[in-house]
Amino acid sequence: MNLETIIAGIMLVSLIFYALLAGADYGGGVWDLFAFGTRAQRQRELISNAIGPVWEANHVWLILVIVTLFTAFPPAFAVVSTALHIPLTLMLIGIVLRGTAFTFRSYDSKRDNVQRRWSIVFSIASLVTPVVLGITVGAIASGTIRVENGLVTSGFFASWLAPFPFAVGFLALALFAFLAAVYLTLETKNRDLQEDFRRRALASGAIVGVLALIVFLLAGTGAPTVRAGISRSSWALALHILTAIFAIGAFVTLWIRRYRLAQICAAGQVSMILAGWAFAQYPFLIEPDMTIYSAAAPPITLQLLLGALAAGAILLFPSYYYLFRVFKRESAFTAISESPDKLTE
Amino acid sequence: MDDILAARSQMAMSLAFHIIFAAIGIAMPLLMVIAEWRFLRTKDEIYLTLAKRWAKGTAILFAVGAVSGTVLSFELGLLFPKFMGYAGAIIGMPFSLEGFAFFTEAIFLGIYLYGWDKISQRLHLFAGAMVAASGAASGIFVVIANAWMNTPTGFRLEGGQMVDIDPVAAMMNPNAFTQTLHMILAAYAATGFAVAGIHAFMLRRDPLNRFHRIALGIALAVGGVTAVLQPLSGDILAKAVPRSQPVKLAAFEGQFETETGAGVRIGGIPDEEKRETNYAIEIPYGLSILAYGDPHATVKGLNDFPANEHPPVAIVHFAFQIMVGCGMLMTAVAAWSLWRFWRNRKAGAGKWLDSKWFLRGLVFAAPLGFIAVETGWTVTEVGRQPWIIFGVMRTADAVTPMPGLVVPFVTFTLLYIFLAIITVWLLLRQVAASPK
Repeated sequence: MNLETIIAGIMLVSLIFYALLAGADYGGGVWDLFAFGTRAQRQRELISNAIGPVWEANHVWLILVIVTLFTAFPPAFAVVSTALHIPLTLMLIGIVLRGTAFTFRSYDSKRDNVQRRWSIVFSIASLVTPVVLGITVGAIASGTIRVENGLVTSGFFASWLAPFPFAVGFLALALFAFLAAVYLTLETKNRDLQEDFRRRALASGAIVGVLALIVFLLAGTGAPTVRAGISRSSWALALHILTAIFAIGAFVTLWIRRYRLAQICAAGQVSMILAGWAFAQYPFLIEPDMTIYSAAAPPITLQLLLGALAAGAILLFPSYYYLFRVFKRESAFTAISESPDKLTE
Repeated sequence: MDDILAARSQMAMSLAFHIIFAAIGIAMPLLMVIAEWRFLRTKDEIYLTLAKRWAKGTAILFAVGAVSGTVLSFELGLLFPKFMGYAGAIIGMPFSLEGFAFFTEAIFLGIYLYGWDKISQRLHLFAGAMVAASGAASGIFVVIANAWMNTPTGFRLEGGQMVDIDPVAAMMNPNAFTQTLHMILAAYAATGFAVAGIHAFMLRRDPLNRFHRIALGIALAVGGVTAVLQPLSGDILAKAVPRSQPVKLAAFEGQFETETGAGVRIGGIPDEEKRETNYAIEIPYGLSILAYGDPHATVKGLNDFPANEHPPVAIVHFAFQIMVGCGMLMTAVAAWSLWRFWRNRKAGAGKWLDSKWFLRGLVFAAPLGFIAVETGWTVTEVGRQPWIIFGVMRTADAVTPMPGLVVPFVTFTLLYIFLAIITVWLLLRQVAASPK
């Protein structure tokens, strides 16, 4: 495998981590907005406790994607940030408001009206940011960003102001909310709260299914190359079978209240969707004018970057594991192991 | 407002905002780790209270720093895509390393802030030390990238394109060490003085409060030591800039004429039309000595450079004067503190703080470090203009073709003003409730 593909693969893995971890933090904000019933306050506290210690670390996956993109594929970064200037700017405003409002809420007065004000900012930003993030992904997948001599020729609106990117945006929101609801069933021992989030997980999972179908249908005209990839490639069948297993598995395990398995299935489902997109687009970064080869930095940069990523991973993964071990003993990473007690004790 | 000015203003505003939180993110963890370490050594609960108090402040400031830093990493492309497209391959490396430093910082800060009762005291202290170390590493990597924009190395130009690139040589650029040293010291000095000033202010109202006395001592120790070292790092930079960016040195000093045995100016108003700097106090031979270590050295003036390569002289000169002035005042206050501490060393703990005028001096000195950080950043960034990569690429050639850039500029300005107000308000709330 060549360097370009390896580094693009690392970017994909980082993006998947961002979706699985930071995505769920945004989803938590969504459920903060939709907290209702007699346990609304306790739902909010559970969400806040779940994301408090980890959201800043989870957020850094996005930084890793961006710095890897502009180091390894600099012209692609230039093109994406020119063509998608507007949605990216909106996403940044969302990122700023979500993070600061969450922190301000934690450290401001505990009076109800003050807390409610920050909650509104936090939860609306958590709702809008994934949609805009999805729109940028949809625009990149659509194949409508056109480049000539390194300059964007498709304007500042056309590539993202279309049905397909918006559908991807709403799918991203639904996926994040779904992940969050599934994870939250593991954050509490309280049966009632578990049931609250189980129902939310089932409902948002159903919405994910509907939106995924809409995205697939819109892709026929909205993103023909990616659509062709996920329909006709040699790996397409394997992808669909795996995605289907995870999706159905998530429903079944939620139904029978096997939450750890549900978490694995939900995470698997989201990973498959992102991987499917990446495989369908490969080797294009910005289809049809820029591939990972035409946009690649010189080999020396790629080699050094790969070295840095490897060294960074050696530092990162044990630290990350420790963070989750301290705060998520009974959920998240330990759930991947069949016998978490042996690992953590 | 035209688009290039809007883009530059947005970048400048974003950096000016972020740099405060970045500097605090470097230094504040060190203060809280020292306090916690003192607690483990002495078992005196007051140090634990202090570490927890400082940790709360750090949590608020770090969150704002983290999101405003994210904005910057995107803005490199949103505002100056051609710069990143052109130079990403050579200068992306330090940003990637910074990514991992930021990761480490965020992970261990999470553990530190939420883990007081969940992990052992030693591990908790270790987590704090990791935050402090990775915070400093983040700062170093980012400033290395900036240093490269001032003194770009590690490539050959062929037909306007960079060839034979060497990202390691780029990271080892001539300014890398001097600029990072200057910035890291500045972060500790500015934060140390600001925190010491806040506790000095509280002591003026509540003179016997032991909590504030201890807090002041730790903060001033960190701020004072670095403030004394800072003129040395400034001197190293003053000797490096004339070699790598002589036009920038000329702008620092408002030096229009090339001169042998040039004097150093204190104050003065550069007149870019008439090409002279008026109303300055001149110390003969000063500039030649500072820049070259030789009173008869020749200092090249702005007139010897093409006018389209001049940075905005007046802004750079004023900013430079303010930065140096603040730095010298801080060094003086640090010396005063050391002298008071030494003279009262036998008089029992805390005697050195029993002076109304000393405490007033510390309150006065509280903002100086951050004024110096802001003006110093102006000196290096505006002083680099009209280049985005010094001598290689002009800022005007790097800007995005996106029209209407005044809109995001105004939006982010309003957003940051709002965040600044809330942050100050929350910190005041924290400070106001002083423990007994």
